Amino acid sequence: MAAKRLNLREKYQKFTRDLAWEPTYQKKSDIFPQTEFEGIHIHDWDKWEDPFRLTVDAYWKYQAEKERKLYSIIDAFSQNNGQLNVTDARYVNALKLFLTGISPLEYAAHRGFAMAGRQFGGVGPQVACQMQSIDELRHCQTQIHTISQYNKYFNGFHDWNHMHQRVWYLSVPKSFFDDAMSAGPFEFVTAISFSFEYVLTNLLFMPFMSGAAYNGDMATVTFGFSAQSDESRHMTLGLEVIKFMLEQDERNVPIVQKWIDKWFWRGYRLLSLVSMMMDYMLPKRVMSWKEAWEMYFEENGGALFEDLSRYGIRMPKYWEVSVKEKEHLSHQLWATFHNFGHAAAFHTWIPEESEMQWLSEKYPDTFDKYYRPRFEFWRQHTKEKGRWYNPTLPMLCQTCQVPMLFTEPDDPTQICYRSSQYNGEQYHFCSDGCKDIFDDEPEKYVQAWLPVHQIYQGNCGGASIPEVLEYYHLVDGQDNKEYLESNDRANWLRWKGMADTEADREVQAVVNE
Amino acid sequence: MPVQAMYDYRATPADRQENFHGNQLVYIGWDQHLMFCSPVCLPLPPDMPFRDLVRDVLPGAYATHPDWAHIDWDAVEWNVDGEPFVPDMDAGLADQGIGHKSVIRFRTPGLNGIGGVAT
Repeated sequence: MAAKRLNLREKYQKFTRDLAWEPTYQKKSDIFPQTEFEGIHIHDWDKWEDPFRLTVDAYWKYQAEKERKLYSIIDAFSQNNGQLNVTDARYVNALKLFLTGISPLEYAAHRGFAMAGRQFGGVGPQVACQMQSIDELRHCQTQIHTISQYNKYFNGFHDWNHMHQRVWYLSVPKSFFDDAMSAGPFEFVTAISFSFEYVLTNLLFMPFMSGAAYNGDMATVTFGFSAQSDESRHMTLGLEVIKFMLEQDERNVPIVQKWIDKWFWRGYRLLSLVSMMMDYMLPKRVMSWKEAWEMYFEENGGALFEDLSRYGIRMPKYWEVSVKEKEHLSHQLWATFHNFGHAAAFHTWIPEESEMQWLSEKYPDTFDKYYRPRFEFWRQHTKEKGRWYNPTLPMLCQTCQVPMLFTEPDDPTQICYRSSQYNGEQYHFCSDGCKDIFDDEPEKYVQAWLPVHQIYQGNCGGASIPEVLEYYHLVDGQDNKEYLESNDRANWLRWKGMADTEADREVQAVVNE
Repeated sequence: MPVQAMYDYRATPADRQENFHGNQLVYIGWDQHLMFCSPVCLPLPPDMPFRDLVRDVLPGAYATHPDWAHIDWDAVEWNVDGEPFVPDMDAGLADQGIGHKSVIRFRTPGLNGIGGVAT
């Protein structure tokens, strides 16, 4: 007799929920030792809802289909020299930052979800985490293929994983993920699935993928689309895990709120890198950081937290500061990379006049008043005395590891200094948000690997910039410094058959309205 | 609890003074001069006289700013670790309370950056 075909509901039951069993000769707490120490109380793991009801056989089929499409497009991109169709070689620097900063995080997420899946005591979240773990590995692989393609033509891509472990500003994304992975499984998924993927991912993904599309980068658009259907599943996991914790026990509420506060702030500080990509690095702009923050955080995020208020959850602490900072963030970040462009794995440049005009229009209250004078001084300096760089290493925030570049929320002329004492030593922070995170778990952050301090301890190849660059595997004069003087630009002009003067006219700030 | 952990977890701080080969870390910020995007970090001998800091160290960090040449050093307002500070030019840093990871800020009245808007 032929076996009866299972309907979807039965299949889901058999392939996920029925995979679990009650242990008879081992204690559950020995099998899942990490489920309790964070203080989260779970009474019934079966209450976990999985809105996608995806089973592993269907998962495999869908993903294989997406892979086939993806790689045929990447092959076509490569065969047709698709890299020549981007708007301008400056665009590729945004890609360098994304692929050295974020792609290694996809791999870290693969590891993190494998660990979280192993530690959850219920089969629903175990299966969801396992699938996400495999997704993240796939995302990392597709991005490596894109790196491989661009690496043939542009500098700065050649040793992205090594750089991720060492380069000063890449310690920002690296420490963000290390922080999440060294927490327990519930905090990890709150950090990555909820705070990052649900609340903030649109600010990473949408502008960047639209930016790629708008700047003719079909390789990046392709891995973006291929990842997108996974991302919606990840976002759902993020929301589900929050609701599950909140519904299981009232005592979970303040813990979840604390994690939301922490990981909103950590994610927001990480996204400051995206703010400068949007406002300064994309030759054709999609929208300003300020507009993106208003749309994706203030409006969408505001509605989300209104929904969650019935559980007793409020907006993340210091969200008002992020709203004040939206007028300043991208300018302060790009100015910082202009300061330290000699130690970065991508090129920096002064915005052209048309771009400054765009910035004035998008930031009428702040750009001309506070930031234009900086860029104009540097432009003049380049003409008269050569490109200006900051000759000294920056002070870093102990928590987010970004240089202490942020100004007081209500005074853009004053750097924001915060500090704490712990066990007789001083620690410094860029903001109240970062200080609170440290004060809550100082034993965690006193061991931060702060790149500047590591250089001074003698752990980074030497005390001079060339020695440190060698330790980073960056080639001085090739991977770093000013775009106008770069090989990337010289090559680009040669490939496009353009003279030096034409190149400046070629790119104008354009906005996708 | 100083960290959420499964046991009594104690970390080793990464930046103890003894890791800096006889130096201490000092952070320096020139208020209202944000062309230098953030305060700077330097390893300095704890017995370095304040005068040497002003004469030998600060120019290396800040002399490229057009305001630098116009500073009236007698009028400079100093601040150490958040408190107003009157330096003893001949005393060493540590002897006047500037410790490992102290923050020295200075304000130059009348000189408020390029265009007077803190650049």
